[in-house]
Amino acid sequence: MISAPDVVAFTREEELGDELYREPPLPEEYSVPLLPFGGPGANPWAKAASSKFSRDFILISEFSEQVGPQPLLTIPDDAKVPGSFDLNYFSLRIMSVDYQASFVGHPPGCAYPKLNFVEDSKVVLGDSKEGAFAYVHHLTLYDLEARGFVRPFCMAYISADEHKIMQQFQELSAEFSKASECLKTGNRKAFASELEKKLKDLDYTRTVLHNETEIQKKANDKGYYTTQAIEKANELASVEKSIIEHQDLLKQIRSYPYRKLKDSDFHPYEPDCALDRAGSGSEQDLAAPELAEPGETHLYSRLPSYTPKLIKAKPAKCFDKKLKTLEELCDIYFFTQTLDQLHQIERTFRGDVCYLLTNQISRALLKQQKVTNFLFEDVSFLDEKAPEKQYRGCQGLGQDAANRKCSGESSTPRVVISLGSYKSSVECVPIKMEQDIEDPQEPTMTESVTFEHQENLDYLDADLKGSISSGESIEVLGTEKSVSGLMKSESQASLPISPSPQVGRSKVGSRRTVSEDSIEVLSTCPSESLIPEDFKASYPSAINEEPYVDDEEGGLRFTPRLNPDNADEQEDLSNQENLAQIDSACCIGKESPNFLEPLPGLGQKQCDEDGVVRIPPQPYRQAEQGLHGGFVGSVPCDSASGGLLPHELDSRYPTGSREVSRTSLDECSDSTSYISSAASTCSDRTPSPAHPACLANERHKKKAGQNALRFIRQYPFAHPAIYSLLSGRTLIVLGEDEAIVKKLVTALSIFVPNCGAYAKPVKHWVTSPLHVVDFQKWKLIGLQRTVSPAGVNVLHALSRYSRYVSILDADSKTLRCPLYKGTVVSRLADHRTQIKRGSTYYMHVQSVLTQLCSKAFLFTFCHHLHLPINEREPEESVVNRRMNFLKLHLGLANEDIKIVQYLAELLKLQYIQEPGQGVNPLLRFDYVPSFLYKI
Amino acid sequence: QKSSVQTIGEEQVQNPYTELLVLKGHQDIVRFLVQIDDCRFASAGDDGIIFLWNAQTGEKLFELHGHTHKITAITPFSSSDSSEENNHLILTASADRTVIVWDCATGRQVQKVSCFHSTVKCLTVLQRLDVWLSGGSDLCVWNRKLDLLCKTSHLTDAGISALLELPKNCVAAAVGKELIIFRLIASSDKSEGWNVFEVKRLVDHQDNILSLVSVNDLTFVTGSHVGELIVWDALDWTKQASECNFWDSSVHPEAQPEIKLSQSPNETSVQHLASDEECVFAAVGKGIYVYNLQMKRVIACQRTAHDSSVLHIETLPNRQLMSCSEDGSVRIWELREKQQLPAEPVPTGFFNMWGFGRANKQANQAAKKVQENTPMHFLELVGDLIGHSSAVQMFLYFGELGLATCSADHLIILWKDGERESRLRSLTLFQKLAQDSDLQLK
Repeated sequence: MISAPDVVAFTREEELGDELYREPPLPEEYSVPLLPFGGPGANPWAKAASSKFSRDFILISEFSEQVGPQPLLTIPDDAKVPGSFDLNYFSLRIMSVDYQASFVGHPPGCAYPKLNFVEDSKVVLGDSKEGAFAYVHHLTLYDLEARGFVRPFCMAYISADEHKIMQQFQELSAEFSKASECLKTGNRKAFASELEKKLKDLDYTRTVLHNETEIQKKANDKGYYTTQAIEKANELASVEKSIIEHQDLLKQIRSYPYRKLKDSDFHPYEPDCALDRAGSGSEQDLAAPELAEPGETHLYSRLPSYTPKLIKAKPAKCFDKKLKTLEELCDIYFFTQTLDQLHQIERTFRGDVCYLLTNQISRALLKQQKVTNFLFEDVSFLDEKAPEKQYRGCQGLGQDAANRKCSGESSTPRVVISLGSYKSSVECVPIKMEQDIEDPQEPTMTESVTFEHQENLDYLDADLKGSISSGESIEVLGTEKSVSGLMKSESQASLPISPSPQVGRSKVGSRRTVSEDSIEVLSTCPSESLIPEDFKASYPSAINEEPYVDDEEGGLRFTPRLNPDNADEQEDLSNQENLAQIDSACCIGKESPNFLEPLPGLGQKQCDEDGVVRIPPQPYRQAEQGLHGGFVGSVPCDSASGGLLPHELDSRYPTGSREVSRTSLDECSDSTSYISSAASTCSDRTPSPAHPACLANERHKKKAGQNALRFIRQYPFAHPAIYSLLSGRTLIVLGEDEAIVKKLVTALSIFVPNCGAYAKPVKHWVTSPLHVVDFQKWKLIGLQRTVSPAGVNVLHALSRYSRYVSILDADSKTLRCPLYKGTVVSRLADHRTQIKRGSTYYMHVQSVLTQLCSKAFLFTFCHHLHLPINEREPEESVVNRRMNFLKLHLGLANEDIKIVQYLAELLKLQYIQEPGQGVNPLLRFDYVPSFLYKI
Repeated sequence: QKSSVQTIGEEQVQNPYTELLVLKGHQDIVRFLVQIDDCRFASAGDDGIIFLWNAQTGEKLFELHGHTHKITAITPFSSSDSSEENNHLILTASADRTVIVWDCATGRQVQKVSCFHSTVKCLTVLQRLDVWLSGGSDLCVWNRKLDLLCKTSHLTDAGISALLELPKNCVAAAVGKELIIFRLIASSDKSEGWNVFEVKRLVDHQDNILSLVSVNDLTFVTGSHVGELIVWDALDWTKQASECNFWDSSVHPEAQPEIKLSQSPNETSVQHLASDEECVFAAVGKGIYVYNLQMKRVIACQRTAHDSSVLHIETLPNRQLMSCSEDGSVRIWELREKQQLPAEPVPTGFFNMWGFGRANKQANQAAKKVQENTPMHFLELVGDLIGHSSAVQMFLYFGELGLATCSADHLIILWKDGERESRLRSLTLFQKLAQDSDLQLK
């Protein structure tokens, strides 16, 4: 570790200035920048803010169409964390800065409700009164029953430290985007499956209605239609229209990944361990939608096919219907993943910003120490991808913008509008449907019958009506926004990147076109054959977002005949306008009158004179068959997954996460003799963070540091033992009790240099006699002492190879190893050290070791120390020069030289190693006498 | 009675071997190591596999499979004409009664001879004649193309245990207690043919001849199982001198009397012989004896040089000697002259806290009885190499490249001079650095 974040340097420029100038400056890439905020002498730690919450947390809120902004959950899920902090109020605040114009509805010129694929927006918000600052990430999820099919959500990282939010904006944004992408992928999947079910229902309803109509027609041999018959016909028509609309929605939602894939930037969310868990996830997913009644749900999850039901219910009133929870909106697997990710975020950004920054800097610098960093750093850390550096600039966003543009331009036939994400604009952006959509399949003809708010349309679900977002509601959002606009803009001033809102906005619209092919669209089969196999709701991991391919073969074909005649329609129009006025306040959108202009001629073509559907619908049985077929493929997959059942998965998750947070809290007080250091008093409210990838390592470090502290306090001969490790002499911890031995091994392992970029050469517990090969491979070994004859062999081997090893006897508390008279180790392991915490001590060790590494590096790479300056120079003078360098320049005394020589040897081996093959494990040793140390 | 093996402490300033490399590959006892050229060697053993190794890097070059039984003899056979470079062959004989010729450059089997009636126990190459001999129950002469040129009649069932090239196209073969001298005579009819004739049978040894060594063109030495050492004239095969009382305390008055009590053939058998121009070094039982050819007597000895039988012995430059033993250690000795000084105790090993080692062993001052007008010689232990966990069968001294040892624990260990290796690595490092031209490019 380059620097110990607990010990942040205070550098006063005026004091050091003169000396520093004399030295050649460090290369740019190695210089450690001073803390970005605060002048010289400023406290690097965040000031204790007057916030009401004890530590940073993540809040997920929703702008509910029923009750307005409401908090849904916090991470960590602990009531103590937010404390007296008003989550409701803060939800209102963060939801009010949502700039995504989440329009969904009937755009002008388009007959069908359009899904809006809205980019997330990311803003920073501060509330100085509450002492809370937040990174707010807005996203929308699709819900068939919601207004405009969308449900606005937001995830907010709330901290008392404004600097933290600002400094870590990029990182936060990247991490939250991942979480959001995950959540949205799951949501799309759930939405698609919901739509499928809905389509089944509608199809079934239509069949039933049709049969009824037929019966009526037969029964009625008078020359005219009864009102009943006409009503039925109307009902039928609206069902069919509804079917088409839903099909269109399904198409849209499925086409999403395809469109997105064209963006080079878009990486569909891919779970790493999907296989075993996904199966159960999908099951849950099937059960989740409310469309099916409980009994049916059950049936459904067991039977491969879904039994459609008649949609007859009158649309529930806005406030009556129960909105889906966040969990229900998303495929359970993805939901769990999202929560995991959020927990990860919470852990990553825990702690003081100063710590985070220093950590990031040291991480970045370490990456550059390619030659030496393998020696004492975590192997896992070296492999892991570094978190993006904070100063990576705004390419990311620039790219975003470009991609957004790109996605607009490369509009595939089904491209709906894509609105850029609005990060800072307050204005309302009117959506203009102007870009031509050449979709030959764009169904336009049904427009004429779009909205008939008639009483007899009672079987139409509310969700269709709710799908039109009214202009008014956006205005409301707009005003809310403008309230917070001021405050927000000031915070944005210091944002690393504040993208201009205009850049990314692409105004892509769609213009309706009259197309001859529209009939084809109408005859598109409703569900199965359209659905790429992977996207079927039943498929465990529908993440496989493949290009959407139209497949019109083999599906259930039906040709809806839209029956309403013109007279009816005109009537309806006027009715509708009235109704719309009334309803718009609630949830039914209003369309501007020109939307409703019927296309001349369309509509009638397919209608018979009698206005009744002529072609009888196919029996739904066929559909069921097809559906069945569709599911068959997925069944083996389900069983093969053999993973956890959904409830298991479900129940396991929260406990797991809680456990993690609890243990990490415990870690905070790992030392009973905890004394808060002066520097950390004001910032230690929360435990220091761990990087996600090495959380376990972090804990291990703490533990090892704590044990090592105990070791150096307990054992007066800690120095020669540590010297043995540092000089590459294998240390054997001998003892009867495995736990004690392992503890000692753990403690001492922090002093063991790695021999290559592999795991540390530490073997915790061995019971068999050791061989020379073991000393070659392991530098720290825990060895069992037994009284059995086998144990005698073990000891015999030990005495035989005693020249290669130092032996620490944990039982009799003795150490047999060479003498150490150097100074480095006493700095490393001072038994009177004031360091109290394991993690701090670990860092102290790391910094001393880093110093050693740099000495070893210098020693290794100084040409003239190893090679003669000219050919005639005798070897002795080179040796003399080498020793002089070690003693005088590097200031090493006695045995310290051997440490550096050993490290240098490791560096050489690592450097000259051929890429393909590993380092040849060789054992270096000295013929030096050992001594016995006793307590 | 305790044996009194000389021990050396952990401080071994004269021991250059401070780095070791374990070469794994064999699955059974490794018995033979042969040098192929400056930096390559082959190893073979009871698993019937031959490995070729790079002595510098320890890299395994080839793994030669072909024998189905353990290897009984191995010898390098390099090309006699200098035009062909790198034409290194090795011959291996196995208990499966075959001899295989391998190409060291390609690692491929060149040819296989399987017409033997018994196991070939020894192989010798007569470089001058460009032929090689195989010794089993009979002696066969082969040329490079593996044509059988001639063979003797059936000698004994036990077969030839050792062969030694002598001047004048003669070969000494140890057959049991007898030493048979054969002479190769170019056949008259064929240009490239040879005939082999028995010239003389020497029956001076009382027991099986175990070791044969050529001192120079005029002398060779044999050693037998009961501890007889006979010096022969290489030209007329007459006995020049003999020493058969290595264990006799009357000859070495300082020797401890218990040696006599524990006397047994194993204790006295001459396992291996080595020589320089002046002396013959004999591994006798657990001890090492230095026999001076001019003085015709043992000038120095180390009665218990090892804890158990010494298996192999070799001279190094600087009057040093190396021995390996069944006890799993390799020891480096130095033959020193000592003036008329009272015997000083040899530095003892440091205390041993585990109590298993032989702590507080007295040094066995192995000095010869002081002769009035000759300097006293003694063998000084200058270092030991402990790495193998079982008997060290053989070792191969590679000069400054290091030392290879093979053992019954299936391992081969390369011992190296740590200082030199470190220097070499630095050299490689700076070469690579120059290639990369930048540290970061790595």
